[in-house]
Amino acid sequence: MTTRPLVVATQETTSDVKFDKTMEDRIADVLRRYPTTRAALLPVLWLCQERFGWISPGVISAVAERLGESAAFVEGVVSFYTMYYTSPPARYVLQVCTTLSCSVCGGRELVDHLTAKLGIGFGEKTPDGSFQLVGVQCLGACGNAPVIQINDDYYEDLTPKKLDAVLDDLKGRR
Amino acid sequence: MEPVLLRARGVPGSRSIATYLAAGGYEGWKRALGLGPDAVVKEVLDSELRGRGGAGFPTGRKWSFVPKDHPGPRYLVCNADESEPGTFKDREIIEHDPHQVIEGIAIASFAIKANTAYIYIRGEFVRWATILEEAIGEARAKGLLGTNVLGSGFDLDIWVHRGAGAYICGEETALIESLEGKRGFPRLKPPFPAVVGVFGKPTVVNNVETLACVPHIMTRGAAWFASIGRPRNTGPKLFCVSGHVNRPGVYELPLGVTFREIIEEHCGGVRGGRKLKAFFPGGSSAPVMTADEVDVKADFDACAEAQTMLGSGGVIVLDDSVDMVAVADNIAHFYAHESCGQCTPCREGSDWCADILDRMAAGHGRASDPDTLLRICRFSSEGMTICPLGDAYALPLSSMVNKFRAEFERRIADATPLPQKRLPVLPWTGPRPGFGI
Ligand code: FES
Repeated sequence: MTTRPLVVATQETTSDVKFDKTMEDRIADVLRRYPTTRAALLPVLWLCQERFGWISPGVISAVAERLGESAAFVEGVVSFYTMYYTSPPARYVLQVCTTLSCSVCGGRELVDHLTAKLGIGFGEKTPDGSFQLVGVQCLGACGNAPVIQINDDYYEDLTPKKLDAVLDDLKGRR
Repeated sequence: MEPVLLRARGVPGSRSIATYLAAGGYEGWKRALGLGPDAVVKEVLDSELRGRGGAGFPTGRKWSFVPKDHPGPRYLVCNADESEPGTFKDREIIEHDPHQVIEGIAIASFAIKANTAYIYIRGEFVRWATILEEAIGEARAKGLLGTNVLGSGFDLDIWVHRGAGAYICGEETALIESLEGKRGFPRLKPPFPAVVGVFGKPTVVNNVETLACVPHIMTRGAAWFASIGRPRNTGPKLFCVSGHVNRPGVYELPLGVTFREIIEEHCGGVRGGRKLKAFFPGGSSAPVMTADEVDVKADFDACAEAQTMLGSGGVIVLDDSVDMVAVADNIAHFYAHESCGQCTPCREGSDWCADILDRMAAGHGRASDPDTLLRICRFSSEGMTICPLGDAYALPLSSMVNKFRAEFERRIADATPLPQKRLPVLPWTGPRPGFGI
């Protein structure tokens, strides 16, 4: 499995966001699936996160304008869900499951290992911007506990040793 | 039992439409198109299929609630939000046999005369969303979806819609709100989605596993389906077993096996030769069961009789090394995080329980804590909230306090009480203050 690094936020993401032709085409493709424009909000936010790296205030206003919503409404939706980044993420976001099955099957040990190895706690990034540690709720893979999602990919049945190999590999690929 | 829903697991290339067709796939869809919508609903009613998402409501009845005289459009929504702690079956179906789900969606859409269907899949399932999109593309290319399916005059589009991280969106009205592009706030019912659903139109929301059963009912008949399990609890069921067992995983078994069979025979018993202490029979929202209750049958009615629920079939097994206060604390934090915040008893109550359990876990419990927990739970369950999330945290927490009360009390007796004035008196909803600091 080759986990792709997240897009590194650039200047355009924080200020004046314009959608180019590719983006407009993709938005049009989303819009035709729903009878209302508003229903396209979640998918369009996903497109933006993929393209710009995170949902900056500039992205929020651009999306609001494109879909005919107020920025306040869009921001309300963004803040309700946990997966839209409202600040620039690291290149690899380590989303550790902290729910019951994982926590009784080695999840706690993984977190201890990660915090010691990377020197960061939940919500923090390594100084070089490679890794970010996030505690998440049940990822729906409890039979293979403990589980960590890194960006879009699931890593299951982990041990500190296996996790080391994964992290070394990702770091080497930068 | 011969595998039905998981028959493709382990078959090479099981995800491709060629493999699916070779195994008799889409025959149910063809039969349905020949029978007509009413006959399809009747067949599913006769099979006594009950919803596999958690509530166990009869699927055929849910379909029959869609008003016949409505001018349309109507919508079918496949609920692939799979977020209940301990549940990982829908992912297994999609991973090995996505066409089974697509065929089930097609048949269900036809039965309720919906020309558009959405698959609402949890945002984290990027891989499985892609698998579904590929399967839809394949089916469309074969003329099994799209306009004028197989010359029947019936049109059907299926779209995959990704959520963005919210447990509550597994609740059907929250899912509908989220699909409409809003925050996932559950709606007051009535009106039920069958009458006023997504985009204000009649909508049926069915779980992935429920829909995956439908093609088999169409090809092999309602009587065959009803012959598996026992009356009113028919068909194969996927049990997701996690926690302290030797072989965790997804097992397909007839409804009505006992939890003992699931844990001891299929999963190889409790890990490391330890003793079973407790288990959650249907995800962490189901009231906990003790080792003495392991002979209860794993089906909807037997679980209800035992005052718990089969829920999604997520069996979480805990051995005698676990501390029930820590388990309760972990669960309370989950629900405190996932409460949507609309209803006071749920928003404040779940946070308050988490705070009290944090305090107990840190060794600062008070003698009144177990009763306080029970009181908070009582005011958050049985109709005190818009949606069942209030019950979802209150029932398991109160069951833990009731069934393991001695353990809670021991923890309190061993505790070092904090000076009274330093404890928070109000429910705290902000960032964790850190008790006693
Ligand atoms: S508890 Fe960790 S994936 Fe479910």
